Amino acid sequence: MTDTTRTVLIGGEAGQGLVTVGELLSRCLVRAGWRICVTQGYQSRVRGGHNTWAIRFGAGEIGAPVESVDLLVALDQETIALHRAALTPHALLIADEKFDALGLPGLRVPYAQLAAARHANVVALGVAGTLLGLTEEEMAGAVEELFGKKGTDTVAENRRALAEACRWSVAAGASLPLPGAPPPSLPRIMLNGNEALALGALSGGLRFLSFYPMTPSTSIALTVAAHAAALGVVAEQAEDEIAAVNMAIGASFAGAPAMVTTSGGGFALMTEGVSLAAMTETPLVVMLAQRPGPATGLPTRTGQEDLEFVLHAGHGEFARAILAPGSPEECFLIARKAFFLAELFQGPVFVLTDQFLADSYRAVDPFEVRELPAVQAGYSGDVAVPYRRYAITDDGVSPRLLPGQTHHLVIADSDEHTEDGHLTEDLEVRNRMVDKRLAKVEGLRWETLPPRFDGPGGADVLLVSWGTTGAAAAEAAAMLRERGTTAAALHFTQVWPLDPGQFLGALRAARRVVFVEGNATGQFERLVRRETGFEAAGHVRRFDGLPITPGYILRALAAAGIAQGVNA
Amino acid sequence: MTTVAEYGTFETAWCPGCGNHAILGAMKEALAASGLAPHQVLFVSGIGQAAKAPHYLNANLFNGLHGRALPAATGAKLANPALKVIVESGDGCTYGEGGNHFLAAVRRNIGLTVIVHDNQVYGLTKGQASPTSDAGFVSKAQPEGVHAEPFNPVETAVALKANFVARGFSGMPEHLAGLIRQALAAPGFALIDVLQPCVSFNKVNTFAWYRQRVRELPAAYVPTDWAAALATAVRWGEEIPIGVIYRGSRPAYEERVPALAAGPLVGRTVDRGRLAEIVGHLR
Repeated sequence: MTDTTRTVLIGGEAGQGLVTVGELLSRCLVRAGWRICVTQGYQSRVRGGHNTWAIRFGAGEIGAPVESVDLLVALDQETIALHRAALTPHALLIADEKFDALGLPGLRVPYAQLAAARHANVVALGVAGTLLGLTEEEMAGAVEELFGKKGTDTVAENRRALAEACRWSVAAGASLPLPGAPPPSLPRIMLNGNEALALGALSGGLRFLSFYPMTPSTSIALTVAAHAAALGVVAEQAEDEIAAVNMAIGASFAGAPAMVTTSGGGFALMTEGVSLAAMTETPLVVMLAQRPGPATGLPTRTGQEDLEFVLHAGHGEFARAILAPGSPEECFLIARKAFFLAELFQGPVFVLTDQFLADSYRAVDPFEVRELPAVQAGYSGDVAVPYRRYAITDDGVSPRLLPGQTHHLVIADSDEHTEDGHLTEDLEVRNRMVDKRLAKVEGLRWETLPPRFDGPGGADVLLVSWGTTGAAAAEAAAMLRERGTTAAALHFTQVWPLDPGQFLGALRAARRVVFVEGNATGQFERLVRRETGFEAAGHVRRFDGLPITPGYILRALAAAGIAQGVNA
Repeated sequence: MTTVAEYGTFETAWCPGCGNHAILGAMKEALAASGLAPHQVLFVSGIGQAAKAPHYLNANLFNGLHGRALPAATGAKLANPALKVIVESGDGCTYGEGGNHFLAAVRRNIGLTVIVHDNQVYGLTKGQASPTSDAGFVSKAQPEGVHAEPFNPVETAVALKANFVARGFSGMPEHLAGLIRQALAAPGFALIDVLQPCVSFNKVNTFAWYRQRVRELPAAYVPTDWAAALATAVRWGEEIPIGVIYRGSRPAYEERVPALAAGPLVGRTVDRGRLAEIVGHLR
């Protein structure tokens, strides 16, 4: 497949303004009509180290990064050596004239002549943007918006630096061969996975968020907090994750649709609360942005290691749902769905993402939030008197009144309890209550999102993915097809409960089924086998902390002898 | 007008002679005297013998996890500040397992009425030392006696300027009911540490032991003087002061949260127009 995309990689130390250049350049590309897929690589430090902001852009939809680089913007010397091997044959380098370019073609920028050192990031933007066909006007708009809050002097200084950079770049005359111009489109928004989760939650009815900061989940909470006052939402930073989950459960019990946001280590502290939400039948949304473990692991990298953890978290047996979006669009829709599922089935619902998607900016068609309903907490119809919070029902779901909203008393207990909510050690009641709570599993299964099938049925190779690896698998399948292998992709955005009727036929029809996932032990592959008995022919696994790319999949398939002759 | 009878009478799982019975009675007296109807009140408790108390009266109840009553109550109060939220649990639950939550809740000055049944021992697990056990207290878990110094919850709450800090005694239920009534009327975080004997597992801090030592604060005592309150709060030993030890005037946390200015979170829905503007700004 001829790659019609290009990748710009900006590299430098933490604290050099790399994120500013990256965000501005990304926004300008989106406004010019391009689709983007951003991959952020950073280290667990505030200054120094080596950070990257890679933008893959093109005219069509893009959901996965590639390793190759067409334009390398080196904010420090180290970047040039580190990424030299990834450069394509036509690639260009943008670097300070003082750096050793290692013989690479490109632009040696006289940063010191063009602007003061503090404006180096805007100079880099101007040079890179010009090479990518952006006009000074397009970039000036984004610069003014970003620096507007800092006053007119700051805006003017940055505008001058940008003008100098653009003038110099045009005079230098270099340009990067670009794929065809993007087709005209309605203006898109630019946001990352975490922001999309936050907006989806707000649109779905979120009223209470409690959290303890933890990379890479924190920006979900920060996005909600930024709009909390305006939207009438409480965003509370708790003293620890244990407090966070118990606060959310208390708020939800009292009638505020609630969620917590965290990563694996923080979620480890929340597991007792998951069990509490299930026992008290309180709606709870848990958003978990995965990073590699165990323990502190690789705090700023990506992985899909916590599926089995989330599937089994919490003592005792109870119903739960686990959703796994693969793009910002899916983040938005799935965050909304999580709130409806939690309210409908009165228990814990999980949204699993990871660092790659959390930080990956994309160009997205604006969400039509005006048209979308929000969940309403609690039951508003008539209830039998005396009211019993845990009245036995066929589907296990009892009318949930909210305390203080009627004259009925609402009693919830973490102990095993009677229908009226008081603790009991009557073991006959115990049996009925277990059956009632587990009846929700079947209800949840009715609501399971079907996996998305992409490609010909009965393919020679079927790539199965879940969550954030979906786009890479679909692109790899398309590349295989172009090279003569019949290949298809099956992407799961819900991984529990599974409904084998939705996918077992497709698995059986394919000649070789390969599971693609970001962990070392094949957690989803094992889960599907456990639930269906299906044995896969092979797998592609990645656990070095970097996102799975189409090229990574093709190389792994070739190495495993599943798809020969692939040179990606 | 609310009566004590509306709060009901229930069979309990407590030992005869346990201080819990008197605390339950004082609670019902105070609720009725405060004019609160059962449906306006939400009890949040943890785990332990004290945490069962709200099962024995008529009110809304969230009986959560050991140590976690305060965060669950904080969430409920922020969701619906119109609810009168009362936390009731023991010394192990509130000061031990939930110690970090206790510090954080006092710092927030969240509007909760917190009644701690403090018998200086773990009753439900049969007699281990609690955070408030005196140094030297001997149990099967601490056969050589407790080596750590006891936690003084009243001193800590005054030091962190909770709005209302009191100590009561289950042997003086009318005095205790008066404290609870005042705590229910106080804005912000209100703590009553209630001394009570554990007739089964604490043979040191008995009814007689407390009876000998507790001293009601004099009528002239001024609880709004923070330095004097702190000096009173540290007193423990041969004489133990009971009564309202400190009254502060910090605004309650829920009054400082902008989202709550327009009313409780419960029953509100998304402002789709505002949300659409926020989405639009991402262009």
